[in-house]
Amino acid sequence: MKKRSGRGVFVFLCAAPAVILFTVFMIIPTINVFRMSLFRRSAYSTTEEFVGWENFSRLMQDTNFIRSMQNTILLIVVVTIVTFALALVFAAILTREKIKGQNFFRVIFYIPNILSVVVISAIFSAIYDTNNGTLNSLLSLLKGETVAILWKGESMVMVSLIIAMVWQAIGYYMVMYMASMSSIPMSLYESASLDGAGRITQFFQITIPLIWTNIRTTLTFFIISTINMAFLFVKAMTSGGPNGASEVALSYMYKQAYTNSTYGYGMAIGVVVFLFSFGLSALVNVVTKRKTLEF
Amino acid sequence: MEHKKGMSADRLYKAFIYVVLITLAITIIVPVAWVFMASIKENSEFYGNPWSLPAGFYFQNFIDAWNKARMGEYMLNSVLVTGLGLLILLVVALPAAYVLSRFNFRGRKFLNTAFMGGLFINVNYIVVPIFLMLVDGDRWLRNVFGEGFLLNNIFVLAVVYAATALPFTIYLLSGYFATLPHDYEEAAYIDGAGYGTTMVKVIFPMARPSIITVILFNFLSFWNEYIIAMTLLSDPKGGKTLPVGLMQLTQAQQAATQYGQLYAGLVLVMLPTLILYVCVQKKLTQGMTLGGLKG
Repeated sequence: MKKRSGRGVFVFLCAAPAVILFTVFMIIPTINVFRMSLFRRSAYSTTEEFVGWENFSRLMQDTNFIRSMQNTILLIVVVTIVTFALALVFAAILTREKIKGQNFFRVIFYIPNILSVVVISAIFSAIYDTNNGTLNSLLSLLKGETVAILWKGESMVMVSLIIAMVWQAIGYYMVMYMASMSSIPMSLYESASLDGAGRITQFFQITIPLIWTNIRTTLTFFIISTINMAFLFVKAMTSGGPNGASEVALSYMYKQAYTNSTYGYGMAIGVVVFLFSFGLSALVNVVTKRKTLEF
Repeated sequence: MEHKKGMSADRLYKAFIYVVLITLAITIIVPVAWVFMASIKENSEFYGNPWSLPAGFYFQNFIDAWNKARMGEYMLNSVLVTGLGLLILLVVALPAAYVLSRFNFRGRKFLNTAFMGGLFINVNYIVVPIFLMLVDGDRWLRNVFGEGFLLNNIFVLAVVYAATALPFTIYLLSGYFATLPHDYEEAAYIDGAGYGTTMVKVIFPMARPSIITVILFNFLSFWNEYIIAMTLLSDPKGGKTLPVGLMQLTQAQQAATQYGQLYAGLVLVMLPTLILYVCVQKKLTQGMTLGGLKG
């Protein structure tokens, strides 16, 4: 009997700190995001004024917000497609082909994933620098004349962001795909090549269908993490400039909520982006549903 | 004849693959190596060809970064925040994951679902509400005690890091704990060990591989994090973590052109993660596929 009562105390003592921290720093702030989106609160007063849907209706007419959403969607689509394709191909090469230094390549490709986005942004700023940048000087060398492309100018800034984001993400997804590809039995490929199927046919007919579950999971990751990574990159690399050309949804939220101290408005942006990311993930999940294949 | 043709096509394909792999490897190695090279260049060297090798080993950059750009102080802050964050995280998450995965009690299912749901809450959305909560807390503390200490406090930052890492950590650890047979505990109880002793002396040592994975991932994310740090350590003259200090240097660098210090600072941020990565890269990429979820 004594043991039984001690058990309850033990469970409580073990779980309570985690539950308290989780509630205070995650649950309550999350509830606050939704609650505050219906209020107006400024930096200089603690009083909150209920405004209903006003923040949301203002949002729909805010051209800066619409632009930031367009940029976000552009990044989701392009970064996902490019990273997805490259990561799949490199994973297939590294698992299927007999390559010297296979481990070396895997180790190198994963490096960007362990660097801080601040570091990556600084590296790419050095690459993109108009006058002393490595990219422009390389292009000048190839073309034989001085190239002075404004990589972080209004017209190129999104392209520059996309390159940096793809560079950062390839290794991570490649390792993920490699793990599931390496569990496909070799015999499947052997019998396929006896039947005369080439590498490309094997890739599309065997590899892709068999890792489909993994692909679906990563597509959801792509959506959620591109929205978040875009914020990190923009914050460290461009601050949304020039003239808001590289503003993305979450960086605009942060600007409104933190820098401008229009907290309610910022949280309304947060709610919209949050719901958008969930809706899009659910949609992708439904669209990519296939019968699971087993090997 | 045909056999020969097949051979050469195969050879061509192999060569092509190596070219592609090496190209990607170069685009990753060169920018990172370039930063190391730039960190020992003198400031005047930055105005010429960016590809030129450093004239000498200009170590003064590191001394300047350490003292003038306050990187030494920021480094100490980063070490403290990361260390404290990891310590709090382990002390809180290990017992919680243990009881959540191995004890039957009322509300267990609810708590497990809640922590799983926490995986979908990204800190970027809730960083401003957390900030406001601390602002309100400080205001209240000032009214009661005459002084607020929640903002610009490294210890609070570490607590926030630990709290926001809880869902992922508990998810990963519970997954491991759930696989252990119950015989271990029963044997320990028969030997007269209490619940706490059993957990600390029997179960935790067995979970060492998972604990190491948890430490690795969270070390990287705490060390590289800058959005929360930038928001909660908002005093411009106060303490900062290394990535935040570095980001300010990149933004100031556009005006002040202290290239040498900037690249020296970048090396200071990168080096610990790179060294760690080289030592444990196998564990890291394995753990990633094990955990399956991140970012």
